[in-house]
Amino acid sequence: MADLHLTADRATTAESVAVDAALAAIGVDSALVMEDERLVRGGTHRRHARRHALLPALHALQTESGWISPGGLNYVAEVLQVPPAEAYGVASFYEMFRVDEAPGHDDDVVHVCVDAPCLEFAEAKIASLEAEGKHVHRSPCLGQCDRANANDGPALFIQGRQKANSVPADAPSLAGELWPLPQKHEPGLKLLKRVGRVDPTSLDSYVAMDGYKALARAFELGAEQVIEEVATSGLMGRGGAAFPTGIKWRGVAGADGEQKHIVANADESEPGTFKDRTIMENDPFALIEAMTIAGFAVGATKGWIYIRGEYPLATARLESAIEQARAAGFLGTAIAGAKSISFDLEVRRGAGAYICGEETALFNSLEGFRGEPRQKPPFPTTHGLFQQPTAINNPETLLNVLDIVTDGGAAYAASGTEGSNGQKLFCLSGHVTAPGTYEVEFGPTLREMIDVAGGVTGGELKAVLLGGAAGSFVGPDLFDMPLTMEATRAAGASLGSGVIMAFNEHTDFEAVCIRIAEFFKNESCGQCVPCRVGAVRQHELLIRSKGKVMNGELQLLEDMDRVMKDASICGLGHTASTAVRSAISLGLIGAN
Amino acid sequence: MVGLATVFGAGGGTSSYKEIEETDVILLWGSNAREAHPIFFHHLMKGLDNGARMYAVDPRRTSSSKFADAWLGLSVGTDIAMANAVAREIIHNGWVNQAFIDHSTTGYEAFAESVESYTLEVAEQITGVPGSAIAEMAKAYATAEKAQILWTLGITEHHNAVDNVLSLCNLALLTGHIGTWGSGLVPLRGQNNVQGGGDMGSLPNKLPGFQNVTDPEARAKFEAVYGVPIPPENGIHLTLMFEAMERSEIKAAYVIGENPADSEADVQHARKLLSGLDTLVVQDIFMTRTAELADVVLPASVGWAESEGTVTSSERRVQRVRAAVTPPGEARHDQDIIGELARRMGYDWGQPTSEDLWEELRALSPLHGGMTYARLEDEGGLQWPCPDLDHPGSPFLHGWLWEDDLGGRAGAPFSVVEHEGPKEQLTEAFPLRLTTGRSLDSYNTGVQSGGYDNPIRYGDALDMNPVDAAALELADGETVKVSSPRGSVEMPIRVQPDIPEGLTFTTFHFPELVDINVLTNDAWDKRSGTSEFKAASIRVEKLPSSDHTPQLQDS
Amino acid sequence: MTAVESTTAKSANGMTETLVTIQVDGRPVSIPEGGTILDACSKAGVSTPTLCYAENLTPVNVCRVCVVEVENSRTLVPSCSRVAEEGMVVQTDSERVRHSRKMVIEFLDTSVDLSQTTAPTSNEAGGRNLADWAAEYGADSSRYGPAPQTMDEEVKIQDNLYIRDYDKCVLCYKCVEACGDDAQHTFAIAVSGRGFGARISTEFDVSLPDSACVYCGNCVAVCPTNALQFKTEFDLREANNWREEEQSVTRTVCSYCGVGCNLELHVQDDTIVKVTSPNDHSVTSGHLCIKGRFGWQYVQPTIQRKPS
Repeated sequence: MADLHLTADRATTAESVAVDAALAAIGVDSALVMEDERLVRGGTHRRHARRHALLPALHALQTESGWISPGGLNYVAEVLQVPPAEAYGVASFYEMFRVDEAPGHDDDVVHVCVDAPCLEFAEAKIASLEAEGKHVHRSPCLGQCDRANANDGPALFIQGRQKANSVPADAPSLAGELWPLPQKHEPGLKLLKRVGRVDPTSLDSYVAMDGYKALARAFELGAEQVIEEVATSGLMGRGGAAFPTGIKWRGVAGADGEQKHIVANADESEPGTFKDRTIMENDPFALIEAMTIAGFAVGATKGWIYIRGEYPLATARLESAIEQARAAGFLGTAIAGAKSISFDLEVRRGAGAYICGEETALFNSLEGFRGEPRQKPPFPTTHGLFQQPTAINNPETLLNVLDIVTDGGAAYAASGTEGSNGQKLFCLSGHVTAPGTYEVEFGPTLREMIDVAGGVTGGELKAVLLGGAAGSFVGPDLFDMPLTMEATRAAGASLGSGVIMAFNEHTDFEAVCIRIAEFFKNESCGQCVPCRVGAVRQHELLIRSKGKVMNGELQLLEDMDRVMKDASICGLGHTASTAVRSAISLGLIGAN
Repeated sequence: MVGLATVFGAGGGTSSYKEIEETDVILLWGSNAREAHPIFFHHLMKGLDNGARMYAVDPRRTSSSKFADAWLGLSVGTDIAMANAVAREIIHNGWVNQAFIDHSTTGYEAFAESVESYTLEVAEQITGVPGSAIAEMAKAYATAEKAQILWTLGITEHHNAVDNVLSLCNLALLTGHIGTWGSGLVPLRGQNNVQGGGDMGSLPNKLPGFQNVTDPEARAKFEAVYGVPIPPENGIHLTLMFEAMERSEIKAAYVIGENPADSEADVQHARKLLSGLDTLVVQDIFMTRTAELADVVLPASVGWAESEGTVTSSERRVQRVRAAVTPPGEARHDQDIIGELARRMGYDWGQPTSEDLWEELRALSPLHGGMTYARLEDEGGLQWPCPDLDHPGSPFLHGWLWEDDLGGRAGAPFSVVEHEGPKEQLTEAFPLRLTTGRSLDSYNTGVQSGGYDNPIRYGDALDMNPVDAAALELADGETVKVSSPRGSVEMPIRVQPDIPEGLTFTTFHFPELVDINVLTNDAWDKRSGTSEFKAASIRVEKLPSSDHTPQLQDS
Repeated sequence: MTAVESTTAKSANGMTETLVTIQVDGRPVSIPEGGTILDACSKAGVSTPTLCYAENLTPVNVCRVCVVEVENSRTLVPSCSRVAEEGMVVQTDSERVRHSRKMVIEFLDTSVDLSQTTAPTSNEAGGRNLADWAAEYGADSSRYGPAPQTMDEEVKIQDNLYIRDYDKCVLCYKCVEACGDDAQHTFAIAVSGRGFGARISTEFDVSLPDSACVYCGNCVAVCPTNALQFKTEFDLREANNWREEEQSVTRTVCSYCGVGCNLELHVQDDTIVKVTSPNDHSVTSGHLCIKGRFGWQYVQPTIQRKPS
């Protein structure tokens, strides 16, 4: 607070230098300014305006010291005038920040994914890494499910000490190789049309492949017409909730507020999801252009990309792309020659928290608070980031806008199916021949999609986890279901974020389900009782019943599912039991 | 109280606490409310959270001032120079509320002329605060829709306290930030019933309800009820009483609930005078240092937990206090003691309850006329004036200034006040400024707050800027000798970057540990009687020995 | 309760305010615009259990024990924070509502020590406490296996003013709010960690005397489960001598500065055992400073009235 109280611990010089650099990089100066020995500026308002710098400052400390030391925390608290207890509450919320001087803090830490499909390879890899003397952290899904296989093992992410974080599998990309898109360059690709062809590090390359044509078209159409086209297109959000984008944008455009925001929700953390990473690593300018159009349409001058902390390559590509776009006049004031239009972008890194993919939790996280969801209403369209009107969209959703603006909403609406317009990205993983991000026009069935990815490996297809850990298992009776919003809804399932995780007949479903339950237990923010306790009790129940959930325990599981669905604050609690209960109904676990 | 009464005719804060939650600009002037009035500060912080901007004017960068958008660290005793410069800035930029000035005030021309010499440059030179910041504060205050000025003893514990208050009143008159919801002048009262004491006539020149002793009509009204004549001359205030003791004109004193043997400035002198009285009677709940000097001690019950009655707060809210526990030993209620004294002097007042006494007051004081015990209970207290039973009480004062017809009143007068500075100048022998104040957990001379232990208590220490400490080769926590022209004490120092160079600060809560009022200056304001606790000149000396036990020394 | 025809009413300050009318369990209830469903329930005389709600704090709607069913809402709705909208149809006693409330109580009962959650946890006068609600909804905590995970915390006694027993903590956030921007703005404590591991904590769990705590005790005053207790109460409870039913509560005014804070003196055996402040008083809204909260000890007959 303003009358801050700090313990005696002091930051090292390296820590304070690292924090200062992180703050300078986002243009934040000290909350206290001594203009004169007799004149100091500070106070409540100045402090509030700087709070959003907390997460970047904590990242800097973590990288420098391998943990959030008391002295380092005090330094951040003092510079930003954030009470140390609050800063600690924030630091201790995130997977990537350590608040104790545990073994390994003075070295790189290897995060090993322990979620399906990496799960079956994880323990062997951990054992071998530990044998090499590496410090290992068991991590929830790292968004590299397409890379998990018996040869390469589970997904890995290296949290660097005094150096940038990295992903070993990014090496070829970093060396300049273009991403080997599994669909190659099939005609008809729209969202992925540039992926694997465009140089993601070059604005010129992007422009040469029709880049920034949509923005020019948007300026011709005018802001209102852009929203109209998006509404006509029937585009629905691709993050899982499937909310109509046009309605969302119209709400923001019509909301009162001098400052409005566009936020790309790139905290892609739903287990089994990696499509946004594919886009951001391989066609970053497309996201930037789409956000610029969104800003123009709703009257927002500020855009934010909140990207999960485990995506170092995508982060670097976006940051470089933003810099180039700004230098070329595509961001900033008077963008692309339009004198009255201003729009600029910042990338902010998450720090390991599934819940921050929930839009209001994301706002809190970006604002420098714990990533706890807010009760809705009010909705982000009027009370979003910094309580200002905000359009928050998934990167895939935003990418669709480029073609909608270029070709018109009507053309877009004509594609796909009755209830699901346009193109869709699916994340194929698990027991399929060629895991990866696939784009199709809405319509193919689940079985057809698995065939697109080369079919099932290792045996017969037993079940598919559709929609991620928050989705549900589907069995053979639904393998011929079209993957549309309407068909999945009718079947009581959900496309979610487009996860298709295939499991063959030899799968240990008990292990998979216990891990899913553990995932929700670990990722619950802890704010509301139904989710905080329910997720723990569900996990306990599965362990206690050793996969044979029956009779009274079944009733208890259903009771817990109901309260989590009915009374939790956000979607995490609402969906925490869905996968487990579907596994029981399919007989994958439980009574025979 | 004298300053506000001079301008507006009533010696009370103008506004309700709730108003600061809705104001736009706050000038916190000479007040560390965060520590001295913590729950009022809750209301203030709500105001900040609601968007209000705050400027803190204080020699120290207090915990309160850290909530301010800007802290203006003026030199001790230069408040008038600052206020007059703010006034000049408002006038020169045309930010005055001319219609309000024309209709509701008097003496504007003379005032405007008097502040003409207080340019930003002059003010910067006198106060030490950059002129641009003074200009900025002037603009923020004057151009706000609603604005409040709050102060405490930083304004009033000076030899020219009344002038200080008047200089702030002038700013409200210039801008019309008075008499409306959300704007006003708010002196925060230091004691739970200092306002109530004034309400009840515990002032040398007032009868209950701020009715003048010199007004024959008012006296007649009281005489009719009291059944005795009331002396028609004003009495004298505490500071004059001590002067009268010095001249042996006062030979006996009856001290109720006051500890002057610890609390007076230049306290050794005060103790000498108290000891020299023929008779000293002390009525208190503690065996205070003053009580120790007394010929007769009358043990009293604790007003707020062992007796019935009322107190009045800083927002003029009269509220009930009630007995919850039995007084110990022979302690008796104040009214019983006084009644018993009266009986022994030949007047039998019977055994009135506190409500009986209150009913008598209601009949005599129009300000309190509508405040029955039942209403005080039901309505969570009432703010005076509340003249009759249907009156809801008055959240803010001086709304009359905005009425078309001032009801024959002349309007509120501007006051011409000039910068003087502290009486005691810094010299080569005494080169540091000492100012005193409160800390959060303690209170006054510590007789009440000494009764509980707590982890945030640090005891008395002399706060010094790191530069001053380094110049004297002093370490944090080191015990030093502190001397003023009146005496010396030993005490530890706290090295504090928040206090400007040349200034030192200490609390006065632990007189048995550090007899700090040995040092303070008893130069006082002729109108209010308040001594200049806020500005003494001192010298700090390193002690040769390793004796770290603070102890009193003779001067 | 009869239907209110008009949509406006005079408020206490004489201003005309707009009313909204909603249906609570089939009956129309009108409350001033901006009021919550909980306000409407109170007006309708419908009792609602609450834990994290307090009239002097911003609703955080985390405990979810006050949820109600609102027509056309996919999930249940926290009545404490949801603003009533014209025409809303609310059920407070449907099977869904009863189920969720029961489960929340079971979840808490299996996680924390609720034995001292004896204060009324409802909006009705002289209201029911949590045990009454548990009985009302048929909560059964025995069905969660032999050893469900609990908070499992030791009592923290770090000074003589108050103790923290996080084994009793339901993470209702009230103390954090009172310490933070709902009242004290000291922010000595915050929620740390995540999920079931979340705890109310100072930075790095440093002791209170080393933290920013200024001992206003406002956190203690708002705690619904006695996880935070005045040391005086704790000691008497330890000695089996806490007799709340015998205590008197007297309202008076603090003896320190001139702000005029109302105090409630809780007295047992002619001795003050704790001090609170009424939530509904305009000066304090239930909040005090260290002096008002703890500075009363000189009144005690056991202490000689002499400055220390």
